[in-house]
Amino acid sequence: MSTTEATQGLALPAEAAPPRRAGGSDRVAHAILLLGVVLFALPLWIVLMGSTHDAATIGRGEVPLLPGGHAVENYTAAWQRGGAGVPGGRMLWNSTVMALSIALGKIAISIISAYAVVFFRFPFRKAAFWSIFITLMLPVEVRIFPTFKVVSDLGMVNTYAGLIIPVIASATATLLFRQFFMTIPDEFVEAAKMDGAGPLRFFWDVVLPLSRTNMAALFVILFVYGWNQYLWPLLVATSADVETVVIGMVKMIGSEANTEWNIVMATCVLALLPPVAVVILMQRWFVKGLTETEK
Amino acid sequence: MDRKVVFKQRLLPYLLLAPQLLITIVFFFWPAGQAVWFAFLRQDAFGIRTTFVGFENFAELLADPLYLETIRNTAVFCIGVTAIALSVALLLAVLADRQIRGAGGYRILLIWPYAIAPAVAAVLWIFLFHPQIGLIGRALNGAGIAWDYKLNGDQAMLMVILASAWKQVSYNFIFFLAGLQSIPKSVLEAAAIDGARSVRRFWTITFPLLSPTTFFLLVVNLVYAFFDTFGVIDALTKGGPAKATETLIYRAYVDGRVNLDLGMSSAQSVVLMLVVILLTAIQFRFIERRVHY
Repeated sequence: MSTTEATQGLALPAEAAPPRRAGGSDRVAHAILLLGVVLFALPLWIVLMGSTHDAATIGRGEVPLLPGGHAVENYTAAWQRGGAGVPGGRMLWNSTVMALSIALGKIAISIISAYAVVFFRFPFRKAAFWSIFITLMLPVEVRIFPTFKVVSDLGMVNTYAGLIIPVIASATATLLFRQFFMTIPDEFVEAAKMDGAGPLRFFWDVVLPLSRTNMAALFVILFVYGWNQYLWPLLVATSADVETVVIGMVKMIGSEANTEWNIVMATCVLALLPPVAVVILMQRWFVKGLTETEK
Repeated sequence: MDRKVVFKQRLLPYLLLAPQLLITIVFFFWPAGQAVWFAFLRQDAFGIRTTFVGFENFAELLADPLYLETIRNTAVFCIGVTAIALSVALLLAVLADRQIRGAGGYRILLIWPYAIAPAVAAVLWIFLFHPQIGLIGRALNGAGIAWDYKLNGDQAMLMVILASAWKQVSYNFIFFLAGLQSIPKSVLEAAAIDGARSVRRFWTITFPLLSPTTFFLLVVNLVYAFFDTFGVIDALTKGGPAKATETLIYRAYVDGRVNLDLGMSSAQSVVLMLVVILLTAIQFRFIERRVHY
């Protein structure tokens, strides 16, 4: 989704639809929908096909719409050599580390802070909650350079820590877990207390298992968010060691004149495959996550 | 709304909150505070002396014709992206909603662009519209239409709008479809019995019932167009040609990164902060009321 922490998602009833009677214009509807599907897939198809041809074919502007015979060498070149001096394999690894750490980190940090806010009473509870909430209004785009300066003062430029930690707080995930925790019946807590279970045990044995669906939904959304980061890595990860695949691919088209378009296309496919796979494989949780949570 | 039964530990909740609060303070509040403070300062040419100049940076910003041009670009861009992404998604969702069997199938065929990074979407569109190697770009030039988004500002704007909207349609589609499927069938049937034709039924019943979803998506799409399309612009046009596609975010980035003008860049950050605060406030106000007719 977005690099903006702000204002994504809201609760919508997404229960199963009542069956609706099919009208006479069904064929027209199907035709328009299929046209939509084709139009949406067209750019992807072109890149997929282009990545199996040699540089000369694409350079001549033939725009092949059918597969060619250079798939293996193009993908090997993208993986080993890459562009702009960083091997594609390395960039994919960096993107994977970044996306997984951001997704899992945001979930972990948010679930424990929501737990604290909901299941305890303590001074400054409201203040703590509001200060998390208000970060919705401070997406990285509006505080780019001061944030960069903090990270550079802490010596975190060109490290995984610098890529990940500054974006790992999540107001939206905290709000979602808080909302969900409110619905856990008081009897559960009372029963746990009667059994002599402390707050950590209750968290581990009751709250965490109950939150599984919410965590899965958030994971899809946050993995995509993490993988697709652009502005922040562009600033903070300038060395080859930590270059992500999205940034690396864009850098490859920087010098128009001698761009190896077939390698760019292969890298492009590698860059979009992991998040697309996660969304399609986890579609059920993803749709639930989008329509029922915030970001 | 508070729980009645809670745990009594005193220290534990602070420990649980510590990671989130620490990151929030160090990487959110402190830098945001600095952005506000820097917006009122100015460095001399050598970066040695820094003086407090009050609202001078803001005054200079708003007197800059290029900045006003950037505001205009941003408005055109945001309205273009939002209008296209919303109307295409609504059309597809209404059609998919009628095919109750096919709805799930169409959903999977239409949601994957959600997972595409804005910068990757831009690269996909290069292969469609590049004047020499793009499918449509070449066809346009072959048909005698001079197409080159690297030279023509209007064409460049069209490109970044289309690429950004393309990516956002799937998000809107998911929400419109969910919204449509939650409209009770009985309401539509009653209207059908009263003799309302399907187009009329849509505008008098479905569309008004969909208004909470539409309004919510309107704000989300504006926020997306405003803040999340940096990658599209950076990959496609770098704000060019001749700043024709430079938006407010892109300009703040260029001023800070390339021109190293901290005061002016911070003043722009403050302007952007006001925009987010405004959009977020509007959204939460209306979510609470759940616009419904």
